[in-house]
Amino acid sequence: MRAALKTVEQVTAGEALAIDYAGSEVLLDPAGAAWFAAERLLVVSDMHLEKGSSFARRRVFLPPYDTAATLARLAAMAAKYDPATIVSLGDAFHDDEASERLGDDALRAIGAIARGRDMVWVTGNHDPSPPEGVPGIPVDMLALGGIVFRHIAEAQETGHEVSGHWHPCARLVRHGKAVRRACFASDGVRLVMPSFGVFTGGLNVRDEAYAGLFHAATFRAYMLGSDRVHAVGPRDLYGD
Amino acid sequence: MSIATPPPQPSSAGIDLPRPFLDWFASKGWQPRVHQLELLARAEAGQSTLLIAPTGAGKTLAGFLPTLVDLTRRGRPKPGLRKPGVHTLYISPLKALAVDIHRNLSTPVEEMGLPVEIETRTGDTPQSRRQRQKLNPPDILLTTPEQLALLLSHKDAERFFSDLRHIVLDELHSLVTSKRGHLLALALARLHRLCPHLKATGLSATVSEPDLLRQWLVPQRTGGEMAGIVTVAGGAKPDITILKSKERVPWSGHSARYAMPEVYEAIRQHQTTLLFVNTRSQAELLFQELWKINDDNLPIALHHGSLDVSQRRRVEHAMQANSLRAIVATSTLDLGIDWGDVDLVVHVGSPKGASRLAQRIGRANHRMDEASKAILVPANRFEVMECQAALDANYLGAQDTPPLADGALDVLCQHILGSACAEPFRADDLYAEITTSAPYAHLPRETFDRAIQFVAHGGYALQSYERYARIKLTKDGTWRVAHPSVAQQYRLNCGTIIEAPMLNIRLTRQRKGGPLRGGPVLGKIEEGFIESLVQGDTFLFAGKVLQFEGIHENDCIVSKASDLNAKVPAYAGGKFPTTTYLSEQVRKMLADPSGWDRLPKQVSDWLAIQKAKSIVPGPRDLLVETFPRGNRYYMVAYPFEGRLAHQTLCMLLTRRLERAKARPLGFVASDYAVAIWGLRDMGQMLRRGDLSLSGLFDEDMLGDDLEAWLDESYLLKRTFRACATIAGLIEKRHPGKEKSGRQMTVSADLIYDVLRSHEPDHILLQATRNDARTGLLDIGRLGDMLSRIEGRIVHKDLEMISPLAVPVMLEIGKETVHGDDVSDALMAEAAEDLIRDAIGADI
Repeated sequence: MRAALKTVEQVTAGEALAIDYAGSEVLLDPAGAAWFAAERLLVVSDMHLEKGSSFARRRVFLPPYDTAATLARLAAMAAKYDPATIVSLGDAFHDDEASERLGDDALRAIGAIARGRDMVWVTGNHDPSPPEGVPGIPVDMLALGGIVFRHIAEAQETGHEVSGHWHPCARLVRHGKAVRRACFASDGVRLVMPSFGVFTGGLNVRDEAYAGLFHAATFRAYMLGSDRVHAVGPRDLYGD
Repeated sequence: MSIATPPPQPSSAGIDLPRPFLDWFASKGWQPRVHQLELLARAEAGQSTLLIAPTGAGKTLAGFLPTLVDLTRRGRPKPGLRKPGVHTLYISPLKALAVDIHRNLSTPVEEMGLPVEIETRTGDTPQSRRQRQKLNPPDILLTTPEQLALLLSHKDAERFFSDLRHIVLDELHSLVTSKRGHLLALALARLHRLCPHLKATGLSATVSEPDLLRQWLVPQRTGGEMAGIVTVAGGAKPDITILKSKERVPWSGHSARYAMPEVYEAIRQHQTTLLFVNTRSQAELLFQELWKINDDNLPIALHHGSLDVSQRRRVEHAMQANSLRAIVATSTLDLGIDWGDVDLVVHVGSPKGASRLAQRIGRANHRMDEASKAILVPANRFEVMECQAALDANYLGAQDTPPLADGALDVLCQHILGSACAEPFRADDLYAEITTSAPYAHLPRETFDRAIQFVAHGGYALQSYERYARIKLTKDGTWRVAHPSVAQQYRLNCGTIIEAPMLNIRLTRQRKGGPLRGGPVLGKIEEGFIESLVQGDTFLFAGKVLQFEGIHENDCIVSKASDLNAKVPAYAGGKFPTTTYLSEQVRKMLADPSGWDRLPKQVSDWLAIQKAKSIVPGPRDLLVETFPRGNRYYMVAYPFEGRLAHQTLCMLLTRRLERAKARPLGFVASDYAVAIWGLRDMGQMLRRGDLSLSGLFDEDMLGDDLEAWLDESYLLKRTFRACATIAGLIEKRHPGKEKSGRQMTVSADLIYDVLRSHEPDHILLQATRNDARTGLLDIGRLGDMLSRIEGRIVHKDLEMISPLAVPVMLEIGKETVHGDDVSDALMAEAAEDLIRDAIGADI
């Protein structure tokens, strides 16, 4: 889905794409994070920490390094943008008990990322109760600078809304070749974040699940390339 | 495979055949053949045997005769006594072959009135019959390697096989080269332990190293133990010719379209013609081309593995009834199924291997004492040489069956889990058993122990999953399944055939506007191919030109296209590279102008011009040519090592040329040559000493450069996905399930990336690298080539393209290699268009 997993240096070196959103500039980073410079706010969504150990409970043994790898990427983003606030837009943990399975290293890593900043955990469908033992404030939703931040987009929302949950990805077909990549999905009013976790798949933006969320005419899939973000219009996008 | 035994031969004296057999042979006017009696005698002496025989030699009856005789002597079980279990297992690589053998074996058994029950057990066998088979087993069970593995994973396996005396392994030469063969070897090791008196009979076509197959059949205790061997000499030499076309043989391509009128004429002049091609897309194309000129409306049919089963069956029945004049087929027909009275085999395109040619020609004419007739139709000029080499090899009886690889580690992991499902095991005992199988005879204990750790809890250095283990080491020193669900998990994932995800092709009747669904299924097609289509694209399938309409759940919806110029399905499978042996013969042929007069004049003329304008390399040399063309500079090399090894070579050379600042832009690889082009004059760089060919082609490219490239190679990811599925790390995709919640699935690519960066020595990465050596990357062959050409690189700096370079240069643009670079370029292009549109609108 995303281009090959990058080293921390490569993640840091990615070139973000500036878009105009709710009257200010927002940087869409190819790592899958969004930077709201005016608020010094970094947003990531759907980290799905401890997805590996969640599968292990069903005796499917994915490499137990997903949490460390995802947190390393988050740390790299924090170092790159030096945010005052980090918002995790839900499904930070793959299941409701995941935060209890976090190892000491992971807890230390979260502590280091959160140090000197406000850490906000928006709850998601995978982690409805607030995480235990990790620094930060759990909230159901957040309103900041005229933008609503929540886990799942609400169809009746008419203002600017940033959400996650669907793990949007887009499929581009040209010259008989197809590329499928995670993406930010936006029509300029609503912005749906890509998933930030290293083990997360994606749902094509052409899927019925997105019906009614976006204005077709202004819709863009901001596809995550290996070192930059590419804005692709509806004409080039195809379902799976 | 017919078991009929035509003309009488001198009988081997002293063999005591039971009465019904003697009567039966007499009633048919036949006599048992020498090798059939030989196999019987050996089996009676308790020996395992490898039978090597050409098609039509009565192999099947030879394999089963010992069983039939033994069961006849035993007679029906007395009423009230326990009915014995399975006496003989027959393992076939194909379900269809098991069914075919069932039919062919039942005939003599019924005619002789023998007290023998025969049944098949395949993936298609209904659950009720499987249950009944376990309670009331037949005397002879015909099955596949996967079904045997499943039977062995049941708790009562030891009891079920307690009466087993004999196992017959059909088409052994084809089984042993794959992971299915590894799975079967491990099952055979188990059976040899459960039944110490088990006799194994291997039935095989001619192979290059029969001793390896002989070792395969019997337990390797001290190493090198071998089954006996019985070899039946081939019948009459086949009559093979290369089509001497009046038309111009093309420089490149694989369609052989130029030869269609001559191929059609050959079909007209024979009763039944079997046309072999190497890939399914070639089959579709050939079929289409033949029907375009089929003025006599001859019944010509198409058969390949992607077509719907019912359609394939119809073709097979028509074939057996001799109601077809020609059938276009891929390797699905390679294996020994009975195909009626074929009197001509036409091979379109090079067979790519000497043994493959021999096996395919064997399809014609099942009477081994009559010469089979075959015509080879080279699709391009290099293939003319390749066909000539294959023909020479056939005349000499040379064989180039692939070498046997060490047992795959992913299969080992699967087998360990299956073993635990059957009964608790001690690691020492299981290791001892596994190392009696030939492919695993040299398995290091340390690797085996890591495989157990993998099965238990993933085998990660970070041992965080122990509490969820699948198997646990208990106090009595045995490994046991930790939970009943584990056995279920094993059964769902058992097997080694990882097919690319497939979609049904459904022909919709509804045109524009209506919902996309309904209509008959034409067959299956790889999801990867469909992904590259957009609505309205056309392609050839099942002999029709189809228009892609869309995807609905697991169906790819198509309509009939009016367009006759279709894209051709680019199937992933079926493109094998030329064998090492054949490549070597082609290099020798090229190096020896005195033998060129055996080639068609247009080919020998071509080589003569090459000799005049550039260089004809020696048989062990590597010729490298450099020349400018357009505004690019080209480097063309001729290793003749097959497409896969060449692709890997290109990837690595491009990296090195980039470092040397030659600014390479692209490359293309054929079976014979590689071409790389760039912005700087590589010929000049070589002349000035800015670039050295010995440095460029140094073996050390298989070190760091290879590792660095593997980091990004999608080919390795594909290999990893198969290993991870076979080993049980990720679950097999089951039809219908995969579409639910795609965003919740974990892709193998992501696992691969995480594993590579965190635990590069993990057993699954080791398994992946082993596969890459022989599989999609062919690194082993590339390494051999690099050491062969050390100090033997010949450079020719030219002002223009050489004759030999034309074929590979024509490939440019036809095939490009996918990768992240391409993906990024596509996205960037789409984004630029969007900007251009936006700016255009503003103005």
